[in-house]
Amino acid sequence: MSTASSHTPNYTPWHPRWYRPRVSTWWWLGSWRYLKFILREISSIFVALAVGMTLLQIAALRRGPEAYERFQHTLRSPFATIVGFITLGFVLFHSITWFNLAPHALAVRVRGKRVPALAISLPHYLAWIAVSGAIAWLVMR
Amino acid sequence: MPDTVTLEVTRYSPERDAEPATQRFEVPLRKDWVVLDALNYIKDKVDGTLTYRWSCRMGICGSCGMMVNGEPKLTCATFLSSYSNGGKPIRVEPLRYFPVVRDLVVEMSDFMAKLKKAMPWLVRKQEKPLSEGEFLQTPEQLESYRQFSMCINCTLCYAACPVYGLDPVFVGPAAMALAQRYNLDSRDQGAAERMAILAHPEGVWGCTFVGECTRVCPKHVDPAGAIQQYKIKAAMDWFKSFLMPRGAE
Repeated sequence: MSTASSHTPNYTPWHPRWYRPRVSTWWWLGSWRYLKFILREISSIFVALAVGMTLLQIAALRRGPEAYERFQHTLRSPFATIVGFITLGFVLFHSITWFNLAPHALAVRVRGKRVPALAISLPHYLAWIAVSGAIAWLVMR
Repeated sequence: MPDTVTLEVTRYSPERDAEPATQRFEVPLRKDWVVLDALNYIKDKVDGTLTYRWSCRMGICGSCGMMVNGEPKLTCATFLSSYSNGGKPIRVEPLRYFPVVRDLVVEMSDFMAKLKKAMPWLVRKQEKPLSEGEFLQTPEQLESYRQFSMCINCTLCYAACPVYGLDPVFVGPAAMALAQRYNLDSRDQGAAERMAILAHPEGVWGCTFVGECTRVCPKHVDPAGAIQQYKIKAAMDWFKSFLMPRGAE
């Protein structure tokens, strides 16, 4: 059986007179929607950064109060604060855009009818708020 | 509303031009005219050499897809009056990411080959004899795939998909949406065969979920959704085969 990997466009060598437009390196600046997609992809880096920072924070916490205070002090530097705000912005952007896309990927049917998009995205937002609230309560109590 | 509107139409003659150029045409601006009417006006009254595809003029055949002001559109369903605000010209170009044959006509054999690869037809392991009657389907079973069956192969989704533009071996949105249409059909038995072809980096895993294919689809097919659902199914199948290597069928 042939697979998609063996497929090559069958026009290339035989019709040199067809005009084949090149895709610009900057195609993603051509529309806000493409830019938004690229920002969503880039946001993954900041999500990884946020996860890394959280793991470092937990590691500092395990090493004791002094190590944790030193870590917190580092986070209070202007550079870390700016990076923290940018990271927060991208993490929010990442979460919101993916939660909004979730209804496309999850086709849930009840009695043969597909449930509305809001019924898929709303539980995501509610779970997000609940987990964030629980973590905030744990950290700030 | 002004009496006329300017169309900036891409012209390309493979015998004469090294690359496409733009030609401006002044056409009457009528409330009930779509972009295709304006192109027909140019062809009939101004320049008979203008080349473009069209057929049904009612959003069914899918042949009149073009870029209108940078957006993939069916020109038979795109009203001039929607674009005539401020007297700016309306740009009409061939569908993006496809080779241009002439003027507004693009080459579609790559899409056709990919469509065939997705096997958009009912696959039966064994055909039942006619004497056993037709395949019955409940309204719920029909509803599960109806949305994906609305695809008219207009390829607007390909013109909106940067993944296809950057990686021409990507199978693309419409072909995979149609594969999913048959996978979900209760009469079909070809899902595993299609999965073997499409659960691939050039198939469903090539999609980065830009989502533009769904936005531009004139028939609300949601190819992006179909592909993500395919990904979930592919992941589940892999997981099942991992857990039950001998009995995952």
